[in-house]
Amino acid sequence: MIETLLFDALRSAVGPTAASYALLAVGLNLHFGYTGLLNFGQVGFMLVGGYGLAITVSVFGGPLWLGVLVGILAAVVLSLLLGAPTLRLRADYLAITTIAAGEILRFLVRNTGSDAITGSVFGLRQFAGDFYALSPFPAGDYLGPLRFSANRIWVTTVGWALVALLSLGVWALMRSPWGRVLRSIREDEDAARSLGKNVFLYKMQSLILGGVIGAVGGIVFVLALQNITPEMFLPQVTFFAFAIMILGGTGTVLGPTLGAVVFWFLLTGLQSGIRSVVDSGLIPGVAGGQAVGAVSLIAVGLLLMLLMIFRPQGVLGNREELRLDVA
Amino acid sequence: MGGSSDVVPSRTALPPTGLAALLGVMVALLLAAGTLGGGTALAQTGEAAGASIGGRLAFEGAAVAGVTVVVTAVDGDAVLEAVSDADGQWLVQLPGPGTYRVELLQGTLPEGIGLRDPERSVLELRVFDNSRSAAIFALGEPEEVGSDLLRRILQGTLNGLKFGLIIGMTSIGLSLIFGTTGLVNFAHGDLVTVGAFLAFLLNVTFGLHLLIAAPLAVIGGALVAGALDRGLWRPLRARQTGLIAMLVVSIGLSFVLRHVVLLFLGGSRQSYRDFALQTALEVGPVRVQPVELWVMGLSVAMLLAVGLMLTRTRLGKAMRAVADNRDLAASSGIDVRRVILAVWVLGGALTAVGGVFLGVIETVDYLMGFRLLLLMFAGVILGGLGSAYGAMFGGLVVGFVSEISTVWFSSQIKYVWALAVLILILLFRPQGILGRRERFG
Repeated sequence: MIETLLFDALRSAVGPTAASYALLAVGLNLHFGYTGLLNFGQVGFMLVGGYGLAITVSVFGGPLWLGVLVGILAAVVLSLLLGAPTLRLRADYLAITTIAAGEILRFLVRNTGSDAITGSVFGLRQFAGDFYALSPFPAGDYLGPLRFSANRIWVTTVGWALVALLSLGVWALMRSPWGRVLRSIREDEDAARSLGKNVFLYKMQSLILGGVIGAVGGIVFVLALQNITPEMFLPQVTFFAFAIMILGGTGTVLGPTLGAVVFWFLLTGLQSGIRSVVDSGLIPGVAGGQAVGAVSLIAVGLLLMLLMIFRPQGVLGNREELRLDVA
Repeated sequence: MGGSSDVVPSRTALPPTGLAALLGVMVALLLAAGTLGGGTALAQTGEAAGASIGGRLAFEGAAVAGVTVVVTAVDGDAVLEAVSDADGQWLVQLPGPGTYRVELLQGTLPEGIGLRDPERSVLELRVFDNSRSAAIFALGEPEEVGSDLLRRILQGTLNGLKFGLIIGMTSIGLSLIFGTTGLVNFAHGDLVTVGAFLAFLLNVTFGLHLLIAAPLAVIGGALVAGALDRGLWRPLRARQTGLIAMLVVSIGLSFVLRHVVLLFLGGSRQSYRDFALQTALEVGPVRVQPVELWVMGLSVAMLLAVGLMLTRTRLGKAMRAVADNRDLAASSGIDVRRVILAVWVLGGALTAVGGVFLGVIETVDYLMGFRLLLLMFAGVILGGLGSAYGAMFGGLVVGFVSEISTVWFSSQIKYVWALAVLILILLFRPQGILGRRERFG
């Protein structure tokens, strides 16, 4: 039983979902960890990335690269729309606007009226064929006992390669003068402004860049599942990404990656553990699926609270550098 | 009144015992919920093995037979059908857990009977392992075809008023909590759910009449909110936790509250035992259930009472003073900590009332408060963050906008319009209609 639990947890911790969430968290980290922008609508960027790809390929029959491009451009447009009214205001306004925008987008794609384009509640399929055709992996089982299929190992490889690439990019950016301005905005916006920096412009650039990284996360996520439905983009996705970022270490380069691996290991391990306890009938009268989902989400909530109260810098973070009160 | 307040820095040295105690309680609750929650779910569903969806169709108490219901899997290919029997019962055995679309074919309804809300012929349900989910279709007299625009506008206005009053009521606490402590409380929506759920527990599980269950649930909601302030937020303020850190904590808390309710209540929509499925009255061109009129009347009365309380009583004036300028209020001898606790208790009570009302006019489910939260934010920002009157006003506008939009647009996207209003107001008047400029930007 312990073995199954461990393998379940490990399979999820190194899998494509963890990689997509790592990407979401890399983007979020750029927003929140380095610039102090409180983006609670990262799932919205993920949604436009995923749907940008799916609609281009599956509805209009475009090639894969065009779909990816559309997804990324959609994220740029979304950042401009969201940033223009809110980036001059206090941090909590951006938080409320972004979470609202994420929900607006989800309502719009699941609306029956957009059925012809988004497939409404049923979503879209058959947009990942080109991607899997590029796979160099011959059919078979990979990663020993984790038993990844050829398709899964391909999307996993691409996902984590993107995480590495974009994390490296963020690391390089943060060492540049541009990154130093961002951090100075996080620490003291007025000071940055008094030095003649156009704070609004820097914030907007950060919002766009982090949003695009979130959209890439969305693209990896839907490619791995090979379908897309509105229910994948509930607001809780953003909060998972927040938990991942804080767990790993807000404002650190490796934090999102470490956070994603640890978070999915713990979450899947917990779910698998609860399930096996329930299935083994040790606790009489406990129904399965619902309890598993609910208890694991309660655990995520507690994790977020406890981390924020007792170790806001996460595993890797440096408390001195990070003043989370940037309002 | 003493002059102490949270801003005294010496407090940071104190150990956060209240915090530890509260977290302890939460962990205990989690464990208890893990063992008991599933049990109650099973008890409700009886012996049924495997997942299923079912329901009973009735019109004015009489069973409606021969109506076809089609169930489609959202994430699969299964399409299943059932026809209601002589008792109006129908049941579909599902291939497994998942999200399902349940459609009542309106063409199969007998002559003279229709859906009370023709737009709700399709429901979406999430079904978990081994449980039977209920799909509730409310039947009523059919709408006359080609109903005129004026009637629909009037009906939309009435619905908007009904919904807006509830948003306004639940938003007061959100706005006052922000005004007095600076906290943007993302768990406020889930206090609505907790209120509605407590009433459900007392009403359905323990069999109390809703008229008794509701006030008890409101007291419960006030106690929960008060306990949260004493056990969680006050210690955090004493540690001088940053506002954004507290905001993230409130998100964690909202997860905990919401899913504790999910454990006990289950994933589907539920109704109270009393006042469900009343026959609608025809008032002029619009249709309204008697209980909805009561809800609206009571909401207006409560909003007026809160307004009077804020302007006429010492406590109310103190609340507004603290919301306006905390340091000034503290230095003029107001016990800020006590006022903040009172704001939480008042806010908790009002959200619980709103939750029960929402449960009465719609249904109870574990996401009801979260759905309302974004509309509450929209209302509060529209009216001006920190102002109680702004919250009432903004809530009314938001409720009205979302309901009146259904006259011209699909009701599936009615919240989109309310949230669009939020973004517009941020563009042109970020301090809100009733807010003052200097507090923002």
